[in-house]
Parts: sequence; C-alpha cells; structure tokens
Amino acid sequence: MNATETVTKPAAAGETFDADGEVCRVDLPITGMTCAACARRIERGLSKAEGVKSASVNFATGRASVEFLEEATDARALRKRVEELGYGVLDVNEGAAGVEDVEEQARQEERRDIARRFTVAAVLSLPVLVIAMSHGAVALFDVPWINWLQLALTAPVVIYSGAPFYRGAWAALRHRAADMNTLIATGTGAAFIYSLVATVAPQLVMTTPTGHAEGMQMSGGAMPPVYFEAASVIIALILLGRLLEARAKGRTTDAIKKLLGLRARTARLVRADGTHEDVAIKDVVPGDLILVRPGEKVPTDGVVTEGRSSVDESMLTGESLPVEKAPGDEVVGATVNRTGSFTFRATRVGRDTVLQQIVRMVEEAQGRRAPIARLADVISGYFTPVVIIVAVVTFVVWFIAAPVDVRLTSALVHAVAVLIIACPCALGLATPTAVMVGTGRGAEVGVLIRGGEALETAHKIQTVVLDKTGTITEGRPGVTDVVVADGFTEDEALRLAASVERASEHPLGEAFVRLASERGLRLSKVESFDAFAGHGVEGSAEGRRVLVGSRRLMEERGVSLDGLEWRAAELAAEAKTPVYVAFDRRAAGLFAVADTVKPESSEAIKALRTLGLEVVMLTGDNRRTAEAVARSVGIERVLAEVLPEGKADAVKALQAEGKRVAMVGDGINDAPALAQADLGIAMGTGTDVAIEAADVTLVRGSLRGVLTAIKLSRRTMRVIRQNLFWAFVYNVLGIPLAAGLFYPFTGWTLTPVFASAAMALSSVSVVTNSLRLRRVKVGKG
Amino acid sequence: MDTTEIIVLTGGVLLTGFVVWFFFFSEREQARAESDAGGVQKIKVTVKGGYTPDVIVLKKGVPAELDFYRDEVSSCSEEVVFPDFGLSRRLPAFKTTTVRLTPEREGEFNITCGMSMLHGKLVVEA
Repeated sequence: MNATETVTKPAAAGETFDADGEVCRVDLPITGMTCAACARRIERGLSKAEGVKSASVNFATGRASVEFLEEATDARALRKRVEELGYGVLDVNEGAAGVEDVEEQARQEERRDIARRFTVAAVLSLPVLVIAMSHGAVALFDVPWINWLQLALTAPVVIYSGAPFYRGAWAALRHRAADMNTLIATGTGAAFIYSLVATVAPQLVMTTPTGHAEGMQMSGGAMPPVYFEAASVIIALILLGRLLEARAKGRTTDAIKKLLGLRARTARLVRADGTHEDVAIKDVVPGDLILVRPGEKVPTDGVVTEGRSSVDESMLTGESLPVEKAPGDEVVGATVNRTGSFTFRATRVGRDTVLQQIVRMVEEAQGRRAPIARLADVISGYFTPVVIIVAVVTFVVWFIAAPVDVRLTSALVHAVAVLIIACPCALGLATPTAVMVGTGRGAEVGVLIRGGEALETAHKIQTVVLDKTGTITEGRPGVTDVVVADGFTEDEALRLAASVERASEHPLGEAFVRLASERGLRLSKVESFDAFAGHGVEGSAEGRRVLVGSRRLMEERGVSLDGLEWRAAELAAEAKTPVYVAFDRRAAGLFAVADTVKPESSEAIKALRTLGLEVVMLTGDNRRTAEAVARSVGIERVLAEVLPEGKADAVKALQAEGKRVAMVGDGINDAPALAQADLGIAMGTGTDVAIEAADVTLVRGSLRGVLTAIKLSRRTMRVIRQNLFWAFVYNVLGIPLAAGLFYPFTGWTLTPVFASAAMALSSVSVVTNSLRLRRVKVGKG
Repeated sequence: MDTTEIIVLTGGVLLTGFVVWFFFFSEREQARAESDAGGVQKIKVTVKGGYTPDVIVLKKGVPAELDFYRDEVSSCSEEVVFPDFGLSRRLPAFKTTTVRLTPEREGEFNITCGMSMLHGKLVVEA
C-alpha cells in the first residue's frame, strides 16, 4: 500500500449519466480551445442550447460539464452544439484501444523488419561460417582472395542487417547512455574493422614478420587471421534472438488483446418511435435505449428497462453461471445475452465502461514495477559501461599475457566475446514480463491486481481478515428456513407473505419477494396495506387478511403462535431473525431471515487455510451472530462488535502482532481498513472496477478470488525469482568465461559466435519462463 | 613488457577512465518546462536512444505534462519509468505519449527506460 501521493492522474475522460433522475449530467472532453475566452464562448453556447440547465467549461482541464433535462436533449445534441461552435469533442470511444492498435501495428512492422534483416544475415553468414570453420583445411578455400570473399559477404550483413544496432548505439551514445545495442555494435564493429584492416592492409596487423602461428597458411603466403564470422554470425544470431523475443513479448500482452477483442462493434438502437437501427458502437451515447437479442453481445454498460434474460458474464468476472437480469438490473458491455431479449438504457460508453476500466487497470498494473526488481534495475544502470570496461581490461590483459604472435587476435577475440555475451536484457526482462503475464492471467479470471508491488505483497501474506457482511455473506437478508403450521403449504404462506411484503420497502421484505420469484410464484394484488415500523406489515390479498411480522405484532393482534414458538427460539439461537405470517389471525407459518453465507465461502476459506494462512473474521455484528456465521464457514478467530471506524485499528492491531495482513472487504465502507492492511482486496460490485484503496479488486465478489490472487502471486514471484537467478548467474558466469578467466586453470574459452548464441538464448528463455504463467490453473474469481 | 604492450596498457587505462567519465560524469542537456495559460507546465521530450532533453526542470506543485515522442522502434525505449513516482508508460513508436504528473517534492528524480539503461532526470525546483 504505497500510495503515490506525488502523482495526480486526471479523471477518466468520458461521460457519466444519472439514470434515475430527469436531470442528467455529462462531461465532455473539448478539443481546440486555445484560451479562456474559448471556454466562455462554449459555456455560453451550451447554456443557451435547448434543455440545458447549466454548463461550465474548465479551460485548464479541457472539459465541459453540462446538466440537462433528459427529455429535452441528449449528449449527442450537446456534442453537435460544441462542434457548431467550432470546437471538437474528444471521442470517448477512442481510448486505450486505439493506442493499443497503433502500438501493435508498430510492433508487427518491427518484427517484419527484423525478420528481413535476419534472412539476409543468415543467408550471407552461413558461407562465412563454413570458411572460418575450415581453418584452411579445405583446398577449395585455399585461395589468396578468400578474405576478400568473406569481406564481400560480411559487409552487407554489417551495413544492412546490423544497422539497427549501430543506429541504436549511436543514438544512446549521444545521450551518454549505453544499452544492449552499444555492446553488440562495439563487439561486432571491432571484429569487422579488425578483419577489414587485416584484409585490405595485412601489414598493419601482422604482429611478427611471419605471423603464421594462427593465420591461415595460404598458397599466396601468410595472411593474418580474420574474424568476419564473429561480425556476421553474431548479427544473425542476435537478430534471431530478437525475433523470438519479440514474438514471446507480444504474447505477454495477450490478456489485454483478449479483453479488447470482447468489445462489441455495433448496437441496435431503439428510436423514440419504436423503430430499430443498427449503429456503430462509437455512436452510442449515454441515455440511448438499446435492444439486445438472444446470443448477442451487450454493446455497452447500462440498466435494463424492459424484458428479462440471463447473461453470460464469465468473460469479465470469471463467473461460469449465467446471471439473471430483470428491469432495474445493471448489465455490462461485452457480456453475452443468452436466453431472452431485453432493452437497456446505456449509462456508460467508451472509456468509462467496465471493460475499458479493466483494460486500463491491467495496463497500468503491468507497468507498475515490483520492488524485487529494484536491485536488477540498479545493476542495469551500471551494467553496460561496466561491461565495456571489463572488455577493455580483457583486451589489455590478453594482449600482455598472450604470446607475442597471437596477442592482438587473442585480445580481440576475448574482448569481443565479453561484449557479446553480456546480456542486460535478461536482467531487465526478468520481472516486468512475469508481472505482465501474471496480472494478465488474473484479469482473465476477474482478479485485478494492481501491479508488481501488490503481487509481491500478496505472496508474503500470513493473515487474511475477512469482513463478514458482503464478503463472507451475501450482504443482504435472505429467507433461510420456512416452517408452516398444519393445514398450510409453504408456497401458499410464501406467496401471500411476499405479496404483502412487496408493498413495503423494507430489506427484509425483499428477501420474501426474491424467494417467491425464485420459486416461480405469482404474487397477488394487495389492498389496504399497512406498515408497522420495526414490527411488520399487514394487507388483504386473495380475500384474506395477511399479517407478516414479529412475535410482538402477532401477540398484539391476538394470534396464537402455538407450536411455532420453540422453532422460532431455535432459529434465533442460530442468529436468524424469525418472522411470522398469519392469515385471518391464524398463524400460518414462520420464516427465518438472515444474511446468507455465499455458497463458495466455506470452500474458499478452507482452501486459504490449506495454504497456511490464518483466517480472521471482522464484523460490526454482535458476538453471537458473528460466531454462528464463523462456525458455519470454519473460521476460528472472530473480531466482533467492531465499529466501522474501528476496522482499520483492528487491522493495525493484527499487524502489531507481527503479521502481514490482507484485508478483504467492500471498497467503500472498508476503504480505511483496506488502506491500512498490507494488501487491500476489494470485493467488486460488478460495475465499479477501479477501487482506489485496493491493491486487488475482485470483479465478481467471491472469496475464491482471494485464493486466486494469493496463489497467482506466489506463482508469479517464483517465476520472477527463477528469472532473476538465471539472469544473474548467466552474466556472472558468462562474462568471466568469455573473458578467458578460466583459461589458465581449465583451458576453457568461448568464441564470440558461441557467446552470441548464449546471449540470444538467455533473454528468450527468461520471457518464455514468464509465459508459463499464462497456463497457471486458478479458480474463478 | 615491450613498447607496444605499454602503449596498450596506457590506452586501456585512459579508455577506462574515459568510459567512466563519459557515462557517469559528463554534462547533460537540460531544459525547463514552459507553463501555458492554463497553468500546466509542458515540455516535449524526444525518445531516441535516450531522452532529449536529458534533464527536465519542473516547478514544484504545478501540474506537468511531459510529451514523449518516441522516434525509433528499438525495444530498449518502449517503456518510460519514473521510479520515484511509481509511474510508467508504454511509448508506442513514432507517437506522442503524454505523461501527467504533479511534482510535490523538490529534488532530483530519475527517468529511465523499462530496463534502466537509458537515463534522464527530473529536477524539481521550488
């Protein structure tokens, strides 16, 4: 939880829409304003437009905020008005997506370019490699112009295929920086220039008059050895490595591409006259009515106004069962409608939709670095200049230590090998690629992890604190038990109780209506309805007088509760609220109402404990209720009767015990506790994805997501450690080996060509290891 | 040790010294962000093997917009990182990417590429 106070990000560009009221508000990002006078002009223009209540334009933020009457105008008309005034409105439908496409195009172009350069390098360096390997043993190559042939074959490789390395190195050099290009350019450049001189002006590099000790004995006399293959084969191999790396790196962002691929392209707009029209998704504005038929994608976020259906939300939430939708329910863009047709009113479009929020969050998360990479980053900063120095030292030492007739070539070969084998990229790729793939994998199952730091904290967690209401339980009352008196049926008691309760606005009443609807019961019309605050309701339905409420209400009306009272006492002991129902002053049954435990809670808590985590329940409820729930899900430690403002303190107290604590709760009431915890995990409500206080957001509010987050973090950290270990060991062993440090003891040495193969493989292997995270099996979030 | 060896040794020592000076101690190009009418300090930065300018001077407490134009495809510069701000952005090739931040503390802060090889600096002044 290391909030970055120094950074203020702008609010997401876009429009908000208040579906409940008649007055709506939109935020329009304006383009083309050059001064504060422009802002005033737009403000006046918008204020005068029909249906607009108020308009204000902020020049600094470049946004217009407009309140308007829903029936008089809409966001589309306002946008047109701004355009008539000579300014533009930024299309909110263009967002992360557009940038992503552009980048993908640039990457593909780059990949094609590398492939072309590699092909040229491979074709031309193969004969050079064969000539070099023959060491003068093949008579065919025993000709005076053989070095000139190698030069002719190598020059295009260096000039064309190697160009990006030299250009990159030069650009970096101008900034007093050194990167991978610097090493490759220096290494291959040194080998090429030496060989060029040895071919064109052999006398300049002949160390002794004979110089035959390692030179190829040619019929035309002694020639100094050349190392054209060190230049051309290295370029070919490193280009191949780059190609493989680019392919693999492209796959690290697969998760985002997959999410973006979910976007709908068109929407079926319902016009005021009832006709339908298919429009491109970018033309949909908040407030539009949209029809969705079975099998179609929900084009954007909104609220159902008409019709019923079940919707498959698995692509965003990981929830495998379809979710029932009825008027008033929220639907989310990119989910798939299954059974029925429905109409909904768009509330959010473009950048503001849940899908785009998720994409943005994942993109941001993938850019956030894990603290474990800090050491690697520090090393990278010094890496290349240090390698250049090591190469210089290698050259000097070999020049002085080697026999006089081979000292120049030995010094050169070893210095080049050092430059080529050093691979700062493996070090630099070790952490970010794993974080990218890990967070991407999480997003696929509805677990949004806020970057490398959150991942790193998650894997160290020892204690998981679960808020009770809404986290372990559904967070709303449900009917858990139905008991009927002799002579009545469950359906009858429920149907009448629900009919009367429907008229009340009490949350307990909703529990009856929901259960009746689940059981497919038709509710009856109610007359002469009465509510008794805190005690119950009364009304007439189907010719009977129906009374639903507490024992006190029943007793006041003289209803005999014989035979039901002992059941009521039992239920109360289980921390459930008993509600009686009576028809015409005769007790018909008893319902137990309680905040029901989510079906997956027990299993998820058991699994968390199996991972070695201590699970603690935190709640404001009284101890008895809290312990009843804790027992039913297998939690031993309960912190009950904690006031909302005391939750953060409770977390602090656990931290004081020396534990690393994850707090799981909703993003609003529990925000201080989430922020206090080492890891804050917010249970999403489906539409609010970007919960600020949270390190992890579970798109679907299921405890299984907590499990997924922790498992995934452990796996990702393991991969990061493997990567860093490999990258360090590779460089720590590879550079001395290439420098010939082991030569005096073991005779081991490395040619530049082998060094380049090792280098190309090392960064590819790091990325490939990270990609294994794509296949991590995790539960659904 | 013959003359050639002495020359090589001396050359090596001088080159090492030059490498250290060149990469770590040499003077870098500096530029100050300009404030616009809306009270936002803005500066354009070209990314090509490094950052031009290398050193960006910002005023404390004023929202800043840094427009990074990446003038190459080399993967080395595809990400820009502000480690002290916990901020990083991917920079698509041949596009301008705006990084918005408000420096709240005075001091010198590094700008690096994703692999910490290219370096720039943010200098925040009162």
